[in-house]
Amino acid sequence: MQLKEGEKEQILSCVKDVLNKSSKKREDLIPILQKVQAKLGYLPALAMEIISEGTGVSGADVYGLATFYNQFRLIPPGDHQIKVCLGTACYMVGGDITLESFERRMEIKEGETTSDRRYSLERVACVGCCTMAPVVVVDDEVEGKVTPTRVDGIMLALKNGNDQTKDKQDQEQEDGEQQ
Amino acid sequence: MSDPNPQELYSKMLDEAKAEVVSKEGKTRVLVGTATCGVSAGALKIKEDFEREIQEKGLDADVVEVGCIGHCYAEPMAVIAKPGFAPVCYGYLDDGLVHRLVEDFLDGDDPSYEYALAALERNDVFPTFEDFPRGAYEEKLILENCGYINASDIKSYIARDGYSALAKALTGKPEQVLDEVKAANLRGRGGAGFPAGIKWEACLNGGADEKYVICNADEGDPGAFMDRSILESDPHLVLEGMVLCAYAIGAQKGYLYIRAEYPRAVWHVQEAIDQARDRGLLGSSILGSEFDFDLEIFQGSGAFVCGEATALVNSMEGKMGMPESRPPRLASQGFRGKPTILNNVKTFAYVPFIINRGADWFKEIGTDDSPGTAVFSLVGKVTNTGLVEVPMGTTLRQLIYEVGDGLPNKKEFKAVQIGGPSGGCLPESALDVPIDFDSLHDAGAIMGSGGLVVMDEDDCMVAVARYFLEFTQHESCGKCTFCRLGTKHMLDILNDITRGEGDAETLGLLKELAEDVRDGSLCNLGKTAPNPVLTTLEYFYDEYRAHIEEGRCPALVCRDLILYYIEPPKCSKLCNVCVGSCPTEAIFTREDGLKEIDQEKCVKCANCLKACPPEYNAIIKLSPPLLPPEKEKKAK
Repeated sequence: MQLKEGEKEQILSCVKDVLNKSSKKREDLIPILQKVQAKLGYLPALAMEIISEGTGVSGADVYGLATFYNQFRLIPPGDHQIKVCLGTACYMVGGDITLESFERRMEIKEGETTSDRRYSLERVACVGCCTMAPVVVVDDEVEGKVTPTRVDGIMLALKNGNDQTKDKQDQEQEDGEQQ
Repeated sequence: MSDPNPQELYSKMLDEAKAEVVSKEGKTRVLVGTATCGVSAGALKIKEDFEREIQEKGLDADVVEVGCIGHCYAEPMAVIAKPGFAPVCYGYLDDGLVHRLVEDFLDGDDPSYEYALAALERNDVFPTFEDFPRGAYEEKLILENCGYINASDIKSYIARDGYSALAKALTGKPEQVLDEVKAANLRGRGGAGFPAGIKWEACLNGGADEKYVICNADEGDPGAFMDRSILESDPHLVLEGMVLCAYAIGAQKGYLYIRAEYPRAVWHVQEAIDQARDRGLLGSSILGSEFDFDLEIFQGSGAFVCGEATALVNSMEGKMGMPESRPPRLASQGFRGKPTILNNVKTFAYVPFIINRGADWFKEIGTDDSPGTAVFSLVGKVTNTGLVEVPMGTTLRQLIYEVGDGLPNKKEFKAVQIGGPSGGCLPESALDVPIDFDSLHDAGAIMGSGGLVVMDEDDCMVAVARYFLEFTQHESCGKCTFCRLGTKHMLDILNDITRGEGDAETLGLLKELAEDVRDGSLCNLGKTAPNPVLTTLEYFYDEYRAHIEEGRCPALVCRDLILYYIEPPKCSKLCNVCVGSCPTEAIFTREDGLKEIDQEKCVKCANCLKACPPEYNAIIKLSPPLLPPEKEKKAK
């Protein structure tokens, strides 16, 4: 995914900041990656390169860690993150159907972000409220007993609600560019 | 340096804590369960509602956050402890009910028993949890404090005699701790059941000046949440157990390896570590003794294989979490090459009880070979889901039908899956197997870390085996060929079967491959990955055959083998609910007014089935996916 304007500088300063506060030892590598991801939301290739240089661990090893562990993501999250639980309890009552419905509506696959970076979709192992299965976490809100109809409702609410401000901003930006 | 006696220092601490807790208990308290399970059901909102209502009424009452009481089916829950009344637990809370309770019970004097689940203390008016069938089987030991104490307040733990085992141990010799744990035959609760005492002894004798104690809280099983609940509800219990272990083996440094996906657990444990350090229960010269020990959290990044001991250590050293061949065992060569003790959260949680009450007391609970209790997260098709603790030796039938109150919706029991992706599926005939490490192993399942999923007639065992295998296949670290490629190939075969493809030889091949993966893998992830497949093949062979030979899924689950069909005689021409519910616009109204599903467009999401009003109940699933003949005639 293409870096946005100003994103490169943001990555550079963030990674340098984290590296300066760590011991730069191999043992610190996972905590470093965790901190960078906590700040940026994901691990851009650029960040992994700087971490590799800073810690002296080969780039292949850093990338190896980032891809080995489920926690790390290599593409930026969307403005709205949707996590579909596919733990045992959710799976048994049709969590996969919910995931499919989201994939259909958002036109992306699980683990991806829409090209406008508005929405991202992922599956998670268990969010710990098995009694409300199937469960979806929309941003930080837990939605229980989700059906494909509810998926449409969730998407509609996200489009109409929070995105109105964003649409406005985009519109203003476009207007500005036109002028 | 004068030698202050740990026991004296502790008694002072205990008196202070008790005095404070007693003064707090003098006024009305509302305890809201805010472990992750409660929070996801809306407990934080409930807490705010209570606070707001109490403030509006100008009442004098405290709202306190506590952990998980274990009755997850009724979340969000709260306990109201009002002086003069036995504490009462309320479930299924919402803002209306909160308003009611504040008005009637907190402001008035009516405990509104019609909304109560149970009382927490014996009284003449309302039954307690112990009075229900579940109470007859449950024996709460390490869950004793969960949901009753404030996890963010160390005094709340100390007032219940917390850290007394540590004070007792520090007045004696380290060997006494080790001897007691050995004598108690405490078996590791991570799943394998290796005796903790023997592990500790090996580590003690491992020489070396530096030793480590690590707590494995990398609970990765989908559908298991015991360790998380304990850490969120009673973190000090685990810390105390770890300090005792460190004292026994002479370690100076310990780590808690907690999944980063458990932010609340990480936060509670960090808070607990800080508070314990402030009071001299961690850090240098603990309770005035010469013993130093400190704890730190390492956040695991989410890899199921890191539950394996050597993989976990590799991950802490900043490498990929791949297992190593053993020996050398961790007890002689572990973290940073030093002797290391790695035990599960629950294993450590038992230690303070064993030190306080003695090995003989511990051995009286449970069975001869597996003393103590077992903690399960009971989920799936069972009425009372939640966190339960029963003595070892309880049968699965008692656990599911008495503690869990059976299956909901009058469905037929089909199988119970124990031990997560590494465990097996046991059928009705195995329900009288007692729960202990060895009996479960003999039945083909494993104790695992304690996930227990109940399945009913609507669950397809092939699909269940496929689900678990997909999980282990994805989590395989890729080191051993059989685990890396064998599980992939097994998954391909299972995918074929769920699509109705496959022939007479398929099942033989699947079984052979499963056995090879079991035998050809280094660590327990690979060794146990075939368990769900092997047990379902053994107990539910007919279901596999129905898929392959008849193209039929008996439980009507596998989507390539079913179709949705609207029965014309049952369909009401006046109702349009299914048409609106379909996400792909596959349902249309025919010329004669009845509804029909366009099978090409249908994605089999079951939405219409749920939407169709119960008085018509016109939509059914058919397997094999063939439209009934009279239907086809009409279409022509």
